[in-house]
Amino acid sequence: MNDQTISFATIIQEDFEQILSAWLRNQAIEGVKRTDLVSPRETEAQSRELLAALSRALKTAGIGDDFNFSNPAWDPVREALEQITDSRTQRGVSPTEMFWFIASIKQGIFERLKNTVPDNSNHLIDEVWNATRLINQLALYAIDTFVQKREAIIERQQSEMTEVSAPVVKVWDRIVTVPLLGTLDSFRAQTVMENLLEAIVQREAQVAIIDITGVATVDTMVAQHLLKTAAAVRLMGADCVICGISPKIAQTIVHLGVDLPNVTTRADLQSGLAYAYERIGLRVVAMKD
Amino acid sequence: MESHSTSGGSPIVTITGCVIVAIRDDLDDRSVMVLQDHLVDEIARTGATGVIIDISSLEIVDTFAGRMLGAMAEMSKMLNARTIVVGMRPAVAMTLVELGMTLQGVETALNADRAMALIKAGR
Repeated sequence: MNDQTISFATIIQEDFEQILSAWLRNQAIEGVKRTDLVSPRETEAQSRELLAALSRALKTAGIGDDFNFSNPAWDPVREALEQITDSRTQRGVSPTEMFWFIASIKQGIFERLKNTVPDNSNHLIDEVWNATRLINQLALYAIDTFVQKREAIIERQQSEMTEVSAPVVKVWDRIVTVPLLGTLDSFRAQTVMENLLEAIVQREAQVAIIDITGVATVDTMVAQHLLKTAAAVRLMGADCVICGISPKIAQTIVHLGVDLPNVTTRADLQSGLAYAYERIGLRVVAMKD
Repeated sequence: MESHSTSGGSPIVTITGCVIVAIRDDLDDRSVMVLQDHLVDEIARTGATGVIIDISSLEIVDTFAGRMLGAMAEMSKMLNARTIVVGMRPAVAMTLVELGMTLQGVETALNADRAMALIKAGR
């Protein structure tokens, strides 16, 4: 075998076992093996699987100037990477550790290249560059996968939160209330409005109480959403009262110059409820003893 | 005292001094004019003191429909009849609010039953 044909691809194929064991050794040296989270046998299986996929892909896919990681030839490698990233990150492996887990493959390959390619060879540098380029791509892809998984989790949690955070409660015949918590963005405001209007129809409510005690801050956007909701409730033929307006929020609303015309407001839920009772013609009286 | 007529497909009924109109969802400019004509005629003829406009079959609204409701309420008021719009769907309410048409000056109630009670109570 002359030195021009020795490439990083042939090394992976021919010295598979040596490179694999060098990689596993390096993982331990870099401290990214995380034996507390992933068993050594599993790590070896994952490393072997990835290296085997890499070796197979290198037979067909180019790694020279025509290198393109989105090429279908790399599909099995990407799949293996996704699986490994998924299983490792679910157990709490950090992105840095994930990066080093992939990057530590380099040293074993470079070591083999150094021993097989003659000194002072430009060919050696080219091969080191090709290998670096490919392995960096692998590591970045692993990080990308990691971020995507995280984002999917965040998205799921957000939708779950939106669902549970706007429950419309019937407090009395013809009175419904929706307690708002946290921040009120456009998306949530829309959900709240939909839920509230549906509840008014279903429960034949005459008064809707919007309790904003749990809303952290009221800015012009939030005030706008509240106004719209109140207007929509009125169009449905029910009365709307916004309660839970703290002294601080009352100040903010006035300072912002937000006008709340034709909207009934009350300081707390109790006075909101009292207003609702009055609207439907009920009165709370003390029991005679 | 009960009378019945239709205009542009939307039935107009008068029950105990209260004119009830059920709006159909396929109204165009011309049938709205016809409907308004019939409505004011009916109010004048029966001397009704209340008008209930049922829009529960309206699934889609635009500024045109919103203006039509406002105009009908205004006309009835001139003839000394109190107008209450009933049966608005949640989606319709949300659309009107987004369009900035909050129908100020038009009374609303959840259903015709409630509206009737409101008119009878005279409050």
